[in-house]
Amino acid sequence: MATLEIINVSKSFGRTEVIRDVSLQVEDGELIVFVGPSGCGKSTMLRMIAGLEQVSAGEIWIGGKQVDHLPPAKRGIAMVFQSYALYPHKNVRGNLGFALKHAGVRREEVEQRVNEAAEILELGDLMDRKPRELSGGQRQRVAIGRAIVREPQIFLFDEPLSNLDAALRVHMRVEILKLHQRLDNNTMIYVTHDQVEAMTLADRIAVFRNGRVEQSGTPMELYRKPANDFVAGFIGSPSMNFLNAEWDAQTEKLSAAGQLLDGSVLQQAGIVLPGESATGLKLGIRPEHLSLSPQGEFSGRVQVFENLGGESFVHINPVDDEVLVAKLEGEHNFRPGDNCCLQANPAFLHLFGADGQRLS
Amino acid sequence: MASLTRKLERGRAGLSSLGIHAILIAYSVLALFPLYLILLNSFKSRRGIFGDPAGLPNESTFSTKGYQSVITNSDFPLYFGNSLVVTGVALFFILLFGAMAAHALSEYDFPGSTFIGLYLILGIMVPIRLGTVALLKLIVDLNLANTLTALILVYTAQGLPVAIFIFSEFLKNVSHEIKDSARIDGLSEYRIFFEVVIPLVRPVIATVAVFSMIPIWNDLWFPLILSPGESTRTVTLGVQKFVGQYTVDWGAVLAALSVAVVPVLFMYIIFSKQLIRGITAGAVKG
Ligand SMILES: Nc1ncnc2c1ncn2[C@@H]1O[C@H](COP(=O)(O)OP(=O)(O)OP(=O)(O)O)[C@@H](O)[C@H]1O
Ligand SMILES: [Mg+2]
Repeated sequence: MATLEIINVSKSFGRTEVIRDVSLQVEDGELIVFVGPSGCGKSTMLRMIAGLEQVSAGEIWIGGKQVDHLPPAKRGIAMVFQSYALYPHKNVRGNLGFALKHAGVRREEVEQRVNEAAEILELGDLMDRKPRELSGGQRQRVAIGRAIVREPQIFLFDEPLSNLDAALRVHMRVEILKLHQRLDNNTMIYVTHDQVEAMTLADRIAVFRNGRVEQSGTPMELYRKPANDFVAGFIGSPSMNFLNAEWDAQTEKLSAAGQLLDGSVLQQAGIVLPGESATGLKLGIRPEHLSLSPQGEFSGRVQVFENLGGESFVHINPVDDEVLVAKLEGEHNFRPGDNCCLQANPAFLHLFGADGQRLS
Repeated sequence: MASLTRKLERGRAGLSSLGIHAILIAYSVLALFPLYLILLNSFKSRRGIFGDPAGLPNESTFSTKGYQSVITNSDFPLYFGNSLVVTGVALFFILLFGAMAAHALSEYDFPGSTFIGLYLILGIMVPIRLGTVALLKLIVDLNLANTLTALILVYTAQGLPVAIFIFSEFLKNVSHEIKDSARIDGLSEYRIFFEVVIPLVRPVIATVAVFSMIPIWNDLWFPLILSPGESTRTVTLGVQKFVGQYTVDWGAVLAALSVAVVPVLFMYIIFSKQLIRGITAGAVKG
């Protein structure tokens, strides 16, 4: 039983407001990912949940108990840091058992729990090494082990993989997912600014911007129905194309990149069109929803062609100052300057108002 | 061709390291020569000292009279003990309070922390001896004249600025995440300091200890002014006893000085490995 409730939490450092009135509910057993650009307040939010920072306003409840006035050790949380934060003068065994020993847990039980964690994370051979004798991945496993040993109600991860190289990151990502399942779906909060990590790990994602939660939902909800252009641009890789668009209510046509799209087509994609003519709209098309077609509505010269072998990305200029990136399956070969015609799948179009909010 | 340049380069590297070693050796000789003279002459009779100051003691000049008079005819063991107590206790306080202050300044953000940090370090620029008159008055008012406590207090104050300065530089680099992690593990702020931070900066402690100890051990000024009493003399002051108005017992003076060097040497030997690590840590890591 460990739910987490964040109720109208705000945080200011001096006069700078870092977290603005965030409310969030995390269900028992959920792995929720906080994602957002650098400096948006993810770590601060996590540190407030951990008790390392005081909330300026609002309440935090863990497992039905209000904790925002409790010290970190009394909140039933364990945290894994980006820099691992192992005690350098203690060996792996000492690092794993430190918190328990300090809490006065019996010796045999400490040993048993340490050994269990070591087994889960395959640390058996490393128990007598000092942190400096471990590789980055091994250190991170020890850091995670230190969290497991404490048997917390909630695990907090602050960008735990960002110091690892790309291959190891993919591997550890899978490890964390396995761990989540192995620990009977313990509640976990995972901070990252890598949207691939967010998509692959999360039961639910909360997208942060400027101290606010812009949207929270399952990865597919965010992918299919981003609440605004920020979330739309943040989730998905490569990110969504945005074209400046104008809606003419008389003719029921949307003009974007020199093309006129029928209102009825847009309505099929679930878009609710404004009753009156509007300018400053943004039409969003994901690269994977564009395909090559001689009758395609967007044509232009190829600027850049990125070939990854089985798939490729082509960047074209349908009109000056605007770029469309399309993800092409199969093998293709374009050269800069070639003509290219792209067709958007009308079922997956997104339209955002002048204020950035989704129109649907 | 390539091998030739390589050879040349190796030659140049060898030459420059030879040069560096020559300079270092010359400096060492220069620094150690007085010590050598003191040690040498402490084993000679008075005539030996003046007859041939640089000569090795031989059958006719060898004498341990100096050491004998140091040990038997004076309160030298008492002075030695006084020096040890004053230096040891002052050093303990300098290390403890210096590390604590530096930790507080680097870890906690409180109003005026920058000001307090500057204030504490300002002492490096203002020699404490400028305040001797005021200090003397204060010590007399506190009824501490002619006590070891007076010396301990003054030396602690004298050593703190440099200690805080050195500790601050290193404690600034101790990862905040380790401390946060200890907080989550339930350690109190004191235990974080003693069990997490202190072990991380152990080499620095050795550095600060050696740097702080020597001026205290060698000081003549404050013992002379604050506690010249017979029972509270330190070694440096005690040695003056052998310097009479008309005659100087050079054998005893030199013997006393030789013995006085022992604790300092001892300290260096114990801490040298850590000391070097402490001094080079900043340089290597940048
Ligand atoms: N102790 C502090 N004092 C003052 N400002 C702070 C403090 N801690 C964080 N901030 C500010 O709060 C904002 C949010 O910081 P935070 O570390 O939460 O960002 P983040 O989302 O974790 O970013 P990143 O992805 O780079 O880790 C930043 O603008 C930062 O400068
Ligand atoms: Mg962060």
